[in-house]
Amino acid sequence: MQIRTAITAALATTALVGTGLLVGSQVSLLPVAASTNAPPYDSLFRVLFSIGTILFLGILIVLAYSLIRFRRRPGELAEGLPIEGNLPLEIVWTAIPAVVILFVGIYSYDIYDRMGGMASLDHGAMQHQAMDHGSMNPTQMDPTQLADGIEASAERIWGGIGSTQAYVDQTGDGSEASAAVPPLPVEVTAMQFAFIFHYPDNDITSGELHVPLGQPVQLRMQARDVIHAFWVPEFRLKQDVIPGQPTVLSLTATRAGTYPVICAELCGPYHGGMRTSVVVHEPDDYLAWVTQNTPATTA
Amino acid sequence: MTVADPSALQPGLQPRGWLRYFSFSLDHKVIGLQYLVCGFFFYLVGGALAGVIRTELVSPIADFVSRDTYNEVLTLHGTVMIFLWIVPVVNGAFGNYLIPFYVGARDMAFPRLNAVAFWMIPPAGLLLISSYLLAGAAAQSGWTAYPPLSLTTPAAGQVVWILSVLLLGGSSIFGAVNFIATVLKLRRPGLKMMQLPMYCWAMLGTSLLVVLSTPVLAGVLILLSFDIIAHTGFFNPALGGNVVVYQHLFWFYSHPAVYIMVLPAFGLVSEILPVHARKPLFGYTTMVYSIMGIVFLGLIVWAHHMFTSGTPPWMRLFFTIATSFIAVPTGIKFFNWLATLWGGKIALNSAMLFSCGFILNFVFGGITGITLAQVPFDIHVHDTYYVVGHFHYIVYGGTVFVIFAALYHWYPKFTGRLLNEDLGRLHFLLTFIGFNLCFLPQHWLGLNGMPRRVAEYDPAFTTLNQLSSVGALIMAISTLPLLLNVVVTALRGQSAGDNPWNALTPEWLTSSPPPVENWHGEAPLVTEPYGYGHTPAESGR
Repeated sequence: MQIRTAITAALATTALVGTGLLVGSQVSLLPVAASTNAPPYDSLFRVLFSIGTILFLGILIVLAYSLIRFRRRPGELAEGLPIEGNLPLEIVWTAIPAVVILFVGIYSYDIYDRMGGMASLDHGAMQHQAMDHGSMNPTQMDPTQLADGIEASAERIWGGIGSTQAYVDQTGDGSEASAAVPPLPVEVTAMQFAFIFHYPDNDITSGELHVPLGQPVQLRMQARDVIHAFWVPEFRLKQDVIPGQPTVLSLTATRAGTYPVICAELCGPYHGGMRTSVVVHEPDDYLAWVTQNTPATTA
Repeated sequence: MTVADPSALQPGLQPRGWLRYFSFSLDHKVIGLQYLVCGFFFYLVGGALAGVIRTELVSPIADFVSRDTYNEVLTLHGTVMIFLWIVPVVNGAFGNYLIPFYVGARDMAFPRLNAVAFWMIPPAGLLLISSYLLAGAAAQSGWTAYPPLSLTTPAAGQVVWILSVLLLGGSSIFGAVNFIATVLKLRRPGLKMMQLPMYCWAMLGTSLLVVLSTPVLAGVLILLSFDIIAHTGFFNPALGGNVVVYQHLFWFYSHPAVYIMVLPAFGLVSEILPVHARKPLFGYTTMVYSIMGIVFLGLIVWAHHMFTSGTPPWMRLFFTIATSFIAVPTGIKFFNWLATLWGGKIALNSAMLFSCGFILNFVFGGITGITLAQVPFDIHVHDTYYVVGHFHYIVYGGTVFVIFAALYHWYPKFTGRLLNEDLGRLHFLLTFIGFNLCFLPQHWLGLNGMPRRVAEYDPAFTTLNQLSSVGALIMAISTLPLLLNVVVTALRGQSAGDNPWNALTPEWLTSSPPPVENWHGEAPLVTEPYGYGHTPAESGR
């Protein structure tokens, strides 16, 4: 009897875990992936979805089984079993969630690191010279170089994911470039109720964000009035833009197309209307767009 | 410490009959029901506000109310539901009614303070709602009132909002002081802490959170009001202020506030399940420790609300881990509840249905909570409908379901009459279907690009928003069988007797409704509040 129970439990658990993994790997609830950030995000999502499915289905099944199997029949007056607890069981269901949580925590830390979120952040007056060239790949980040900051303006710089680049004048800087392309700087001003994008290299000002495919882009964001948030669901990126705190957000688009840019922080009556688009161009198309839009005086 | 003398509490000038519910009564049972009815009134107000939101979102354009009004409505909805419905009812109503019974006292430790705490609520609530009538001047910066937005929206409404939240926070602190004193100091001689019903522990933990965190909210709101009225610059970046400091202080209260709303619900469920499953509460000791674990962890997780606000990486990492670990003590509670049901003799009545609905909804909300705790995950879904869906699964699917379960369970205690079971099951069915239909689609909306607090949205999201609004409509309809049930039962309900559930916790060991002094004689000493599972002959009861 004991053995049969154990076998049933083992089979049920295996079936449950299998179902969870299957559902997690098949599920597609997210919009298309259009930045280097998105693939690691989506794999984290699948892992969390698998674990969540296993947990929820498990509890649902135990609950439904209990309600049916142990229901009180009409007219029945008997009591349940006088069991007040079971220490080994308590240890098991404390330890297993703790291990799962620890795994999830380490895994999401790894994902976060791969997105560039754990790289050192500019705090206070010290600012880092641009060493990294916009990739979210940690192998390209040299911690010693990052720590080697230079004195710049006294403004505080806050950063979101991939914010390892400095918010200082570092355009070009070809001598440092050992790999990849230099990041494209774009100045973003958030105000009630619009985003304004300014390209300092070409003095282009635009209501839409245009970025080339595959080239790192460095958004230097400032808010003029209240808190806004820059969000592109297809990039899996969001960063609050806070008045008084210039913020840097780096991204690399990986899929051509037009995606929404959405303000995600309540900013006033027209908050829901504060949205525009980001257009990801093929490199040649991007150059054409730049040529078309560069003001005559600087062209 | 001696048990309070009832004759001193009832100086003969206290009104009797229904009038006492409108008086400055010192009777904890009257105050508890005052909290309950007052809270339910505000639940209907908050529900009507939710109706406005869901009606606006039926179409992707802002066409039902003006944009300013929409922001006022969402601000009032959040504030009313949290500060005037859930916190007062799950703490004030059931806490005041049950705690003195559970510790074997005849009243709360400070009856007069108790009455003061309640009577701060109706004026504060009416003040808050009346701010809407100040010609479109109600607060419109969300229940979070983040500066600088809250400094730029109409000042009168924001100041009224601050004032009423301060009053409600004060009421909450008074209540918490009272609960702590009552549980620690008014226990009947011979009753040990580890023999108390679980709700006492839940209220002790909750009250500690209230006392530790609510003053921080009061402080930050007072500074915010200085910024608005006296043009100081605490949170005004134009004057050198820092808006992120506001967020830290605000969430230092407002994350524990989630536990202030769910821990008492955990306590109430721990009372309801053993009675209707006829089994002892499984793992009493670990349940106590897990409550205290949640209290401790609940105080050190607030910055997970600010992952996109430019918090430094170490802070993001710390708060991810701390937040995730709350799942461990919370998980212990759920596994223990399931183990309580396992091998029982379960009566699937309305109280039990709502309790099981709570378990399912809360587990779902807890799982989405774990996902939100992960910084990289949160960065995409922060401030979207995914979060809206998540926290409604916690506060509505969790706490409000428990409030309904508790209503069906204790209504016979309050009135001596049983609520109608058929209407109760209909109420559960409508609430459960409506709730899930309303909030489940919102997770998808958030993942795919719908931010929260918007009156207009991408037309691609229309169908799911309409589905959600249909769910909201069903939720609204679900209150009708409840109201009908309460009214019909009060007029001519089936008499319940003193103890319709054959429960063992002390509040059932007196008449229903109980006398003013709670027990006709000495308070009984109940050392095994969950001693189910013995046949009556065996246990000698």
